[in-house]
Amino acid sequence: MIQLKLLLKSNNILMTNIQSLEKTTTQVRRDILRMVHKVNSGHPGGSLGCAEFFVALFFKQMKVTLPFSMDGENEDLFFLSNGHISPVFYSVLSRRGFFPVSELNSFRLIDSRLQGHPTTHENLPGIRVASGSLGQGLSVSIGAALTKKINNDPKTVYTLIGDGELQEGQNWEALMFAAGKKVDNIIATVDLNGKQIDGRTEDVLPMGSLKNKFEAFGWKVIELKKGNSIPHLLKTFKVAKSKLGSGKPVAILMETEMGNGVDFMMHTHAWHGKAPNDKQLENALSQNIETLGDY
Amino acid sequence: MIDYINQGNKDTRSGFGVGLTELGRSNPNVVALCADLIGSLKMQTFIDENPERFFQVGIAEANMMGIAAGLTIGGKIPFTGTFANFSTGRVYDQIRQSIVYSGKNVKICASHAGLTLGEDGATHQILEDIGLMKMLPGMTVINTCDFNQTKAATIAIADFDGPVYLRFGRPAVANFTTENLGFQIGKGILLQKGKDLTIVATGHLVWEALEAAKDLKSQGLQAEVINIHTIKPLDEDLIIKSVLKTGCLVSAEEHNYLGGMGESIAGLLAKHNPCPMEFVATQDTFGESGTPTQLMSKYGLDKNAIVKKALAVKNRI
Repeated sequence: MIQLKLLLKSNNILMTNIQSLEKTTTQVRRDILRMVHKVNSGHPGGSLGCAEFFVALFFKQMKVTLPFSMDGENEDLFFLSNGHISPVFYSVLSRRGFFPVSELNSFRLIDSRLQGHPTTHENLPGIRVASGSLGQGLSVSIGAALTKKINNDPKTVYTLIGDGELQEGQNWEALMFAAGKKVDNIIATVDLNGKQIDGRTEDVLPMGSLKNKFEAFGWKVIELKKGNSIPHLLKTFKVAKSKLGSGKPVAILMETEMGNGVDFMMHTHAWHGKAPNDKQLENALSQNIETLGDY
Repeated sequence: MIDYINQGNKDTRSGFGVGLTELGRSNPNVVALCADLIGSLKMQTFIDENPERFFQVGIAEANMMGIAAGLTIGGKIPFTGTFANFSTGRVYDQIRQSIVYSGKNVKICASHAGLTLGEDGATHQILEDIGLMKMLPGMTVINTCDFNQTKAATIAIADFDGPVYLRFGRPAVANFTTENLGFQIGKGILLQKGKDLTIVATGHLVWEALEAAKDLKSQGLQAEVINIHTIKPLDEDLIIKSVLKTGCLVSAEEHNYLGGMGESIAGLLAKHNPCPMEFVATQDTFGESGTPTQLMSKYGLDKNAIVKKALAVKNRI
């Protein structure tokens, strides 16, 4: 009886946690939409598609230390390789306390720390490398993971890579290296939304089975079909983490919907790099009610 | 002024190898990476002594630059080793975004620069790397002249916080600078005083400049010889001070005249002290196969070429 009560209690806590993370995600979606609308530029599609991933990672999965330090010793690290989805990164970093939420107002403006693509150059807390020119983040993450190994730091390095981005050859150099050199303290997630600027990834340059390719390169691969579900993400992270330290790097192939949470932005690549107009913003925001307060 | 004597021919890349070995012993944060050219870069002793601090990345230079950038996070000081061509042109965007724009403390150590790589030919003889690297905001660019200076520079850049491009070469050349002289980044070295013209040389051309100065002396001209090992930031004061005295200048480098050290000096002179200047450099051309000596002669990068340009620049005053 006591055990059952405890179980119910822990389930309640879990539910509360998930509800809270989902509320945060809704607010992050609003942030993304308002940021790109204000400057009439930026990349809402991929940002919206990865909102759940970022929230689950930063609010639940990773052990991060504030205030931010570049070296990140004894904490989990995250590297964004597909830097164009900076709106979701900035929103989640600010909501997680890396810098004031009000600063989201300066996205892509002159003299801002929130550059179009993330950079360390303006000393924005939370950013450890510039990204935007694609295909470089995995290599950098591997380097950071190697330093953790040398330093006997047991924490994990996380990275996110776009699926279209895998067309860049450097990724395959990095995949080969990480497996060949047993970099087993890294979890690389691929955002499988199947879309890129010019259309469907399948049409632009088919990549075949990424699972087969990653496994052939020597990675442990976990497939996540519901990449826009917080409970599924949390469960997948747990599985991924349990596979660390086995001599193989770990990849999550995460299927997401570009533009998720805004009906007219979903099931199309049209919103990869296009901002909504006033009317479209109003429509999009009406589908995502304010939960934590707009910036 | 010291009368510089060749202490025996040695390759600059061995100076790098010895310097790296010393760093391995003295600085636990120094790590090294190589893209399948350990022997060429003389990295074996460092690897033998510090296997846990060395990463063989295979023939994958782009990945090497990215990994190097990541290694700095947590306090490591990565030294990458490969040929100059593969250290720069092949990986320009990786250096630009992941290293320099990101402010990462990576030391890009590049051997086999320029024509003196020799028989492998133009695919490997990069003559554009100084330009590529000096254009990057915040990049320090060093081109050393002999074994001793390369060793000293290798050791010095570990204590400097920021990205560095260290360029050296393949062949055994005169080793003439003082051993254990130390190395000050950004400080040129006045090798020989003179009043009639200034010769500013970098890399393998420094010894040629000293030899040229001897020839010029026999023709009644006293050349001031300056070794600019750090092309960026340039020791502007030393150069300006010299030309205020001599009134003309010859630059000498194993690089295209476009984008090289000479171009930086020309910009400096145009701004502060316009005066006649001649360039000993390749003339916007690729190299070819041949022995280093043959190539340096054919492309006008030796002692004779410097003498010729010195006489030409004097005639313009």
